[in-house]
Amino acid sequence: MEWLVSLAIGVLTATGVYLTLRARTFPVVMGLTLLAYAVNVFLFTMGRLTIGAPAIIDKTAASMQYSDPLPQALVLTAIVIAFGMTAFLIVLALKARGELGNDHVDGLILAREEQAEQLRPTDAPPSAQGSHSPKKEAN
Amino acid sequence: MTSITLLSFNLPIVALLPFVGAIVAAWASRINRLASAWVAAFITILSLAFLAPVMALPFADETLIQSWSWIPAIGLEFAFRLDGLALLFALLILVIGLLVIIYARYYLSKNDSMGRFFAYLLMFMGSMLGIVLSENLIQLVVFWELTSLTSFLLISYWQHRQDARAGASMALIITGAGGLSLLAGALLLGHVVGSYNLTDILAAGELVRSHTLYLPILVLFLIGVFTKSAQFPFHFWLPHAMAAPTPVSAYLHSATMVKAGIFLLARFFPVLSGTPEWTWLVGGAGLITLLIGAYTALFQHDIKGLLAYSTISHLGLITLLFGFGTQLAAVAAIFHIINHATFKASLFMVAGIIDHETGTRDMRRINGLLKYMPHTAALAMIAAAAMAGVPLLNGFLSKEMFFDQALMASHSSALAWTIPVLVLVAAIFSVAYSLRFIHDVFFNGEPIDLPKTPHEPPRFMKIPVDLLVIICLSVGILPMFTVAPILAIAVSGALQTDPPSYSLAIWHGFNLPLLMSFVALALGILVYVVRKRLFVWHEANVARWDARIIFNAILNGMDLFAAHVTRSFDKGSLQSASAWVIATALLAGFIGFTTVPAPLLGTRELLPVDAVSILAMAMLVIASLMTAVLHKKRLIALIMLGVIGLVVSLVFVKFSAPDLALTQLSVEVVTIILLLLALYFLPQTSPQESTRTHITRDVVIAVLSGVGVMVLTMAVLTREFTPISEFFLLNAVSGGGGTNVVNIILVDFRGTDTLGEIVVLALAGLGIYAMLQGMKLPAPDQDSHGLPWSNDNHPEIMRTLTRLLLPLMLMIAVYIFLRGHNLPGGGFIAGLIAAVALIVQYLANGIAWTNERLKFDMHWAIGLGLLIATTTGLVAIGLGYPFLTSTFTYLNWPVVGKFEVASAIAFDLGVFLVVVGAAVMSLVELGKLSDSSHKMQQKLERESTRHSSQSPPQESQ
Repeated sequence: MEWLVSLAIGVLTATGVYLTLRARTFPVVMGLTLLAYAVNVFLFTMGRLTIGAPAIIDKTAASMQYSDPLPQALVLTAIVIAFGMTAFLIVLALKARGELGNDHVDGLILAREEQAEQLRPTDAPPSAQGSHSPKKEAN
Repeated sequence: MTSITLLSFNLPIVALLPFVGAIVAAWASRINRLASAWVAAFITILSLAFLAPVMALPFADETLIQSWSWIPAIGLEFAFRLDGLALLFALLILVIGLLVIIYARYYLSKNDSMGRFFAYLLMFMGSMLGIVLSENLIQLVVFWELTSLTSFLLISYWQHRQDARAGASMALIITGAGGLSLLAGALLLGHVVGSYNLTDILAAGELVRSHTLYLPILVLFLIGVFTKSAQFPFHFWLPHAMAAPTPVSAYLHSATMVKAGIFLLARFFPVLSGTPEWTWLVGGAGLITLLIGAYTALFQHDIKGLLAYSTISHLGLITLLFGFGTQLAAVAAIFHIINHATFKASLFMVAGIIDHETGTRDMRRINGLLKYMPHTAALAMIAAAAMAGVPLLNGFLSKEMFFDQALMASHSSALAWTIPVLVLVAAIFSVAYSLRFIHDVFFNGEPIDLPKTPHEPPRFMKIPVDLLVIICLSVGILPMFTVAPILAIAVSGALQTDPPSYSLAIWHGFNLPLLMSFVALALGILVYVVRKRLFVWHEANVARWDARIIFNAILNGMDLFAAHVTRSFDKGSLQSASAWVIATALLAGFIGFTTVPAPLLGTRELLPVDAVSILAMAMLVIASLMTAVLHKKRLIALIMLGVIGLVVSLVFVKFSAPDLALTQLSVEVVTIILLLLALYFLPQTSPQESTRTHITRDVVIAVLSGVGVMVLTMAVLTREFTPISEFFLLNAVSGGGGTNVVNIILVDFRGTDTLGEIVVLALAGLGIYAMLQGMKLPAPDQDSHGLPWSNDNHPEIMRTLTRLLLPLMLMIAVYIFLRGHNLPGGGFIAGLIAAVALIVQYLANGIAWTNERLKFDMHWAIGLGLLIATTTGLVAIGLGYPFLTSTFTYLNWPVVGKFEVASAIAFDLGVFLVVVGAAVMSLVELGKLSDSSHKMQQKLERESTRHSSQSPPQESQ
């Protein structure tokens, strides 16, 4: 069983890392979500695997055999926080799309290139589609 | 009695009062323009008054020390010291400061902010007093750096002027860097001596000089001194600092800022002097600075420029005297400090008057002012004569002593005969530039094209100059009755012994120094007479040598180097940066694995495998791989992500973590809805842009990471361990009053952690809200297959069902919340379930409909939640327990029966509210965004169809 769980964590990590290295914001957010799964399960398994003994004190039971509650408490908050971060990141991605007109992780550079592209042909009117014009370069 | 108590803490008041006064002065400028000048003058006088009761002590050969322990671990004491040297400098700072304040009150124009000026000036004064009165070395360095900062503010006072900003930042860079060097030197010195208190250090001269660290200490100290006192090769900042208002120049460059370095030379004279290194470094820098300053001063056309280089030259003179290293030379140096402060302050003030009354400082245009302002002219002539070293003035006396010392030094080695010769050259130029200052400005024909018609300044602008010139004269004529006592105690304070015997008489008979004085006067006049030819030669050969060019080149070089280093690591691409981070982590992990000798896997007994688990894991692996492979088709990838989340919650179920399973399940619902909402605004597919090598690289990194984590997990899982959770299991019921240990840990044992976590969640929710304000995104008008969106936004069946479900779901949330202490559940899970219940209403019925009925602002939920959680903790403190201590009792309710109430449930309620607030707010705000852009889209379409009725009809599906 341990092999199975380890394999699952490994696959989650690998796919998470791969997606984190993509060039567009949405896959990166998905990748980070996958990494969060991997990390949560990994932390959880640090208390070792226990079947059928949740950490709920049963005074009638004779043995003190419970799953380790500490990693569980850690992971519980971690899951919620991971949600908060995912939400924050995806909105950040939306914001970047709105400001820069693209969803590339290095969107600012791309936006500058596009701006330069637009500036070259002087007769062509700037596209009216983008809701926000790309930010002007500061320097 | 009062005097005794006052004597024990008046020195810190003297130094710190100006800082308090700065605030008052800044504030007073709101009342009227001149109020801050009055405040500044009053504060200065008050500081003098606090100094007055102890002024007699140094004359009785006593050193006053007032100290309080501050941070004993690093040898830092809050300690002040008053000896002769400190008293001399404190008086110079306060008295000349007072004169400058009076002068500045008339100098500043109506457009200048008086409050800002006097606040800066007082802060600077306090910093200077701090330096000279410090007993603790670290404290001294702190005040030293404060003078750098406050002088930056003063020099850049006219912020709108580019030269002021440039000059100020140059001064700050050089003196600030010197301060850091001084700090290093001070730390080394404290390390060698074993104490940071001057009393100990001054007594340990032998020890320091024979120590192997002597040379590093000396060099570090001298860099601090030379930068501050504008000694070669750091002299060039001083002329650029002339962009400051003239009262600032008069203060900084006569009595204070640049004298701080000189003060340090005097202060550490008994510790560091008397070695060949000292003589070469200090004497060498002093001699070069003396010559450069005197030579360059002659060729300045700006009055203040002339005075600036003259200041450099005189600082070089004083430094050279200290460099000689003899006790008599130190006497001459300290004497010249006093004299230079008086005549240079008055000359700067004269320059300011001329600038003020004529509107220019260019000596090629200012001529013949004698008849316009005879009083000022007389003052200027006396002060300039003192600067040139004309007999019967104070400058003459110290210059005589200087010549005498130079002649003494000429016997020290074979080449030393050059010293008096070079000194004489400098003196000749000194006479020449003093003469130029007088002749060019007050004689030499008529003024040329002045912006204003010159006349005498207001009376009070001259009074400070009057006083200073009177001092010049009285010291020059009657030294024994004026300067002698304070000079004597300053010398003994600096030397830490009885002063050597010296004579302050004006007449020592015909001797070599007197001859040198007359030669200097005669040749100086000659140099001035032939100045026109010298000017031509100087312009052609020397003028282009400007140290500022080198300074700027070094600064630019450092900028470029830093940019180059940054650019070679950070190419501005998140992808490559992430790849580097992950690869580094991989490398660290690899090193960890290979260097530990223990076998990879332990011997713990493994759990048996069952078919259902294999199936679930297979689903998870397949779904993960599909997410990665199909990530370009974003909707499909997102659905796969949902599958993974569900399997993960099954994992938690299987391995005895019901709380986690519930949490994961509800979070999964919220996350997927959130990502779906967001996906609406993003492209539905990712373009193909990574190259094959790029993908290969990423796959390799990903696979290696996966394998690494898998092996690591396995290495842990196959080993036995002793958990620290025993404590929680044993004490959950007795200490926390519940049986669900996970929940007890969250709300009780580790409550403070949880509080931190809900704060993070709250901030994430508020951050999302803030980012989405006023954001407009183009919404697609059709889905990725080119089909229009359904017209039926809120299907009737779904609406009806969700409305029926709402009370049920909320009831479940309440149930889960209440039982959380004893059974799986609690604030987090209940909060998520309640959030899902509300979000479903928004989804099914639309935002407008739901908002009409749910009038509760989610900001309130977040705020209230944090408030309740924190208050629970504070109540515990109020009752005398540590933060977030909980208590519980058992209640007997009819019907329900006996049940337990813990104070922790209040905390859990806070958690619940924050979770609901943050989750609902994030999703609803996103939803509103889609709602508004949808409406915008429809409006646009309507408008476009109305306007383009003549254009060809749109293609229909």
